Amino acid sequence: MFAYKFDWAIVTSGQYFEWLVSGVKITLELSVVSIALSFALGLFVAVMRMSNARPLLWFSHAYLEFFRNTPLLIQIFFWYFGSYKILPEVVNDWLNTMDFEFAAAVIALTIYTSAFIAEDIRSGVRSIPKEQMEAARSSGFSYLRSMQYVILPQAVRITIPPLINQFLNLTKNSSLAMTIGVAELTYQARQVESYTFKGFEAFTAATLVYLGMSLIITGLVTLYSKRVLSPMGVK
Amino acid sequence: MENGFDFTVIWNNIAHFMVGRYPSGPIGGLLLTFYLAVVSCILSFIGGLVLGLMCVSNVRIIKYPTLSLVNAVRGMPLLMVIFWMYFLLPALMGRPVVESWTVIAALTLFTSAYMSQIVQAGIEGIPRGQTEAALSTGLHPWHAMFYVILPQGLRNMIPSFVNQFVSMIKDTSLAFIVGVSELTHVATQVNNRTMIYPTEIFFFIAVVYFIICFAFTSLSRWLEKRLTWRK
Repeated sequence: MFAYKFDWAIVTSGQYFEWLVSGVKITLELSVVSIALSFALGLFVAVMRMSNARPLLWFSHAYLEFFRNTPLLIQIFFWYFGSYKILPEVVNDWLNTMDFEFAAAVIALTIYTSAFIAEDIRSGVRSIPKEQMEAARSSGFSYLRSMQYVILPQAVRITIPPLINQFLNLTKNSSLAMTIGVAELTYQARQVESYTFKGFEAFTAATLVYLGMSLIITGLVTLYSKRVLSPMGVK
Repeated sequence: MENGFDFTVIWNNIAHFMVGRYPSGPIGGLLLTFYLAVVSCILSFIGGLVLGLMCVSNVRIIKYPTLSLVNAVRGMPLLMVIFWMYFLLPALMGRPVVESWTVIAALTLFTSAYMSQIVQAGIEGIPRGQTEAALSTGLHPWHAMFYVILPQGLRNMIPSFVNQFVSMIKDTSLAFIVGVSELTHVATQVNNRTMIYPTEIFFFIAVVYFIICFAFTSLSRWLEKRLTWRK
């Protein structure tokens, strides 16, 4: 340990710096695409979970429990190695025309995170007292309009912090994509380490990027809770 | 779907999935997953309790460094923590460290940070009056914490602890990265050997994890109802 010579120049300029930067780019790409898709899918599942139709309820319940209680890594392996047998021929051909590692990682991250997002959305809607709905209905709004004008605007504000936390988790979880060869940040840090044996510097750089993202976003969420939620009387 | 499913690959390797190469070799598979989860769970319970108490401390020099450590760990992906342990532990100890202990150390540090938040919330959830009453009967602050606050707080924390244990079981799958032959690693080995059954293998492994995690999730929900009802 004490004979170790630090060489920070390796990760602040030159080829290895570029590797790390390209890793950050892929991490961001992977996260942004998966965030958008998982939000859409999560919303869809949450609506199913709140509906009155039994088959939809049953399906969404099974979906949530299954994907939340299985490790993400296994889901990534399943989509990467095993999905060709369950997907139709057309989809397989289409996936093969693009970067399949990236696509498999997006599918796994999207489905895994959507289950958590659906639960957060549902508990956000449920946290609005039902008197609000009754009041809206009795002042003549239809069910959909009450949702649109009374329930959802409040529920969305309450759901934003947990949602952003899920997005942050997704970004951190995207590091698992390295196991199937997506060249994101953790992958590149490992790559730099194996080319230069400067693991300490490479992982410090990667850690700082992750920490920076987390701290900034957590800070913004805290600020949001203080400015927007506290005046609404939400703890 | 030209080649259908063939689950015989699972039954042919079931012993391998469950216990690895034991008894002719080291334990592995599901048994090792359990071992990693249980050992890290016990250690991170202690770690979480200690860190949590340090976070609610009134002594600034204890409180703020601990809070920074907890937030730093929570801001990192678990994978990063595992890599850090992989590099740091041998350097700090001056000798090679067995991979399974690298993972246990990483899981313990990572989960302790999350557990400390649960402990903190649990302690802060006990009304102030309790502390005041305890102190005014002449108890030492430490005794007030250990005999009055913690016993009540811990009971409220139990469901969250169980949830954290479920995350822990899922997180042990990352031990695969440093080559610990737990369930996920065994699955990739069998997949590499048999080549043509990835769907069956990973679906089966997912179901195994699901059964275990779902059992504990249900336990946590049941505890939550029961414990709130008794309050």
